[in-house]
Amino acid sequence: MRTVLSAASAEVLAVDAAPNPWFDPSYVTSNWDTIVGYLGEHVRLTVAAVVLGALIALPLALLARRSGWLAGPVLGLSTLIYTIPSLAMFAFVAPITGITATTVLIGLVLYSLVILVRNFLAGLQAVPADVREAARGMGYGPVRLFWQVELPLALPAFMAGIRVATVSTVALVTVGVIVGHGGLGQLITGGFAANFYRAQIVTGAVGCVLLALLADLLLAGAERLLTPWARGTRA
Amino acid sequence: MNRIGDALVYLNDPFNWSRAGGILDLLAEHLRISVLAVLAAMLVALPAGVLLGHTGRGGAFTVALSNVSRAVPTLALLTIFAVTPIGFGPTATTIALGVFAVPPILTNTYVGFRGVDRDVVEAARGMGLSGPQVAMRVELPLAAPLLMTGVRTAAVQVVATATLAALVAGGGLGSIITLGFRQQDYGAVVAGAILVAVLAVLTELLLVAVSWVLTPGEKRLPFLRARRATAVPEPTSAGVPL
Repeated sequence: MRTVLSAASAEVLAVDAAPNPWFDPSYVTSNWDTIVGYLGEHVRLTVAAVVLGALIALPLALLARRSGWLAGPVLGLSTLIYTIPSLAMFAFVAPITGITATTVLIGLVLYSLVILVRNFLAGLQAVPADVREAARGMGYGPVRLFWQVELPLALPAFMAGIRVATVSTVALVTVGVIVGHGGLGQLITGGFAANFYRAQIVTGAVGCVLLALLADLLLAGAERLLTPWARGTRA
Repeated sequence: MNRIGDALVYLNDPFNWSRAGGILDLLAEHLRISVLAVLAAMLVALPAGVLLGHTGRGGAFTVALSNVSRAVPTLALLTIFAVTPIGFGPTATTIALGVFAVPPILTNTYVGFRGVDRDVVEAARGMGLSGPQVAMRVELPLAAPLLMTGVRTAAVQVVATATLAALVAGGGLGSIITLGFRQQDYGAVVAGAILVAVLAVLTELLLVAVSWVLTPGEKRLPFLRARRATAVPEPTSAGVPL
């Protein structure tokens, strides 16, 4: 790197010698609007991916539990999708939907779907057969059985899945930089491209981690609110 | 559909494979980075996991580590190592990927050792086995399946993640995808995606077979086991798809 630059003009040398701190508060304050813009895209993509993933995963999990022969293919396919690298996933989708946020969203939905199907199915399968039997004996129809018996019992497993899916989606959004919609990932590659500007890279990276931890905390709080009966037993 | 055709044309051209910086060169680099990263991670995580699991200490630490590692984007770590004095290139990529491979191996080793029946350990102690003997001759064989799961998870994750290195000039098969995007050559993009996906799936299958051979005790054919079709919830320790 240095040898290349020394062959160039003295001006470039001066840039190379300029301090390149790991973190710079003035970078954050002077680029606040840009950062918030990317943060907004990051949050939108994450929320949309997890919500859509959950909406698709729930019927799939219900179907897979109902018919035993469907559970194998659903789980096998989900493992296969999970193995495909994210960059390859976006590359498969990009020729269809182009250089848009939709490309990123489709890839993210697929990954969150895979995590959620497994956790939803595990949660549903963990509902004791006696309990369902008893509820059916008391005259519960399938819908009421699901809402009033199975969902509350499976909720901890469901929420665990949603938390894992959310945290990994926040991390995965960054790969969207390949089509220019990577949320805070744009800061990471942007800083890399801007002569390895560390302050920008670290701001993006730390922002991602903080966002993931915040989302996890919020979901943990939501889980506590939704399962008041579990509070007494928890340490 | 046209893109798939373009991709097949790309893959069918021998020159794309054999030229300098072609698919074979990139594949070799991809595999070299991945193998080195996984070996380095095993060197760190296996002894640490055995020690922590055997003594039963540091459980909270391993769980916290695996949870936090899930929240750190791989792209961030790849980039951060690339802007240290190491400089961008295969070395920085290997280190970043090695760091990411530690949590799955460590957590699964720890959980495997903790999951060994306490009665078995008591019995081994009663028979006069020392601490290290208990760890190596009793706990290790019983923990082997989970230990192998950890290594497999880490390896597949590393092979998959090595693709991202191309975003920060780190080399590997991902370069075909990033270059294709830059040149608006979607045939190459899809071809690169196919190569990377096939490599990841092959790694998974290969390691399932290896762990089947290496795991002591009663053997069931590896690919039949999945047919039981009980969902295993995604554990926090397992790999992040990347």
